[in-house]
Amino acid sequence: MKDLSLHILDIVQNSVVANAKVIQITLDINTTNDYIELAVSDNGKGMDKDFLQRVVDPFTTTRTTRKVGLGIPLLKQNAELTGGTFSIDSEPGVGTALKARFVRSHIDCLPLGDIGGTIALLMCSYPEIEFTVKTVVNSHEFLVSTSELREALEGLPLNDPSVYPVVKEYINSNLDELQITNLG
Amino acid sequence: MTKVKSLADLKKMKETLQAKIDLREKGEAAENLVQIKVAMATCGIASGAKNVMDFLLEELEKRGINAVVTQTGCMGYCYAEPTIEVKLPNADPVVFGYVDTKKADEIIERYIKNGELVDGIIPVNYESIDNK
Ligand SMILES: Nc1ncnc2c1ncn2[C@@H]1O[C@H](COP(=O)(O)OP(=O)(O)O)[C@@H](O)[C@H]1O
Ligand code: FES
Ligand SMILES: [Mg+2]
Repeated sequence: MKDLSLHILDIVQNSVVANAKVIQITLDINTTNDYIELAVSDNGKGMDKDFLQRVVDPFTTTRTTRKVGLGIPLLKQNAELTGGTFSIDSEPGVGTALKARFVRSHIDCLPLGDIGGTIALLMCSYPEIEFTVKTVVNSHEFLVSTSELREALEGLPLNDPSVYPVVKEYINSNLDELQITNLG
Repeated sequence: MTKVKSLADLKKMKETLQAKIDLREKGEAAENLVQIKVAMATCGIASGAKNVMDFLLEELEKRGINAVVTQTGCMGYCYAEPTIEVKLPNADPVVFGYVDTKKADEIIERYIKNGELVDGIIPVNYESIDNK
């Protein structure tokens, strides 16, 4: 993946496929302590211990169209390449939580990419899922949730093609406020 | 138009958006609905599917084409990602491979608008893609 936003898109797809109804995403960027941490948790079908142990191994997948899974091993590898860490927890019937931490100043640390567009795309593509997305930049935060958007738009379909650009603009202007793009 | 920055701003957009939606749903456009699925599994995302999806969402809206663009899971064409499935009204779905924004533009202008065939169609023997 060429940036972090694409990893988010990919990892959240796993939660969607696992039938999650609630998905929480936290992106915590800290320049003082030199890290970027991505946490994703869901209430999807989860994985048992045995499977979970193998899931970071690229030969583990439940998909039938390809023999290897890639999303999780790639994220783990990209985090660890920077000297960061990766962890994943899961319980069948309860859900899954994963955390990837990157060392920001490391030369291999991925750029953030289009965070606002990715969040908007996910929230508008899966309007029936309750997303809560928190972006923190040096302890200033912006939080956006599906329920909040639904309320503001009074029942307009979030997945309508006219709604998506407006949601995207709302999220992006708030992320601009956090100066997410000029962190240097 | 001022920037949409707060939930209150978002709320103010509601009527404009509702009008657009009504127009689309009631107009003659409703029978001409184009359905597009973008494969968004790891392979697709890694090879640029999100850019393609953004391009489609933006351009179809701009060019006044009534379309729904959705994400789908793996279609199993790793080698040809990004792939999209396009279903025109009263036609069988067609899958295109190696779609970048240039190809997507060609698909809109030639296939979607005029029904002309364009290169890059992946022959398929099923009706439609479903998640896995
Ligand atoms: N959030 C999740 N909830 C339940 N199962 C998951 C989740 N994330 C991943 N998995 C399981 O782990 C497997 C490997 O995931 P991943 O590395 O992303 O590869 P892929 O999605 O291509 O199979 C998936 O096929 C799925 O069975
Ligand atoms: S696994 Fe490659 S496209 Fe699905
Ligand atoms: Mg995956």
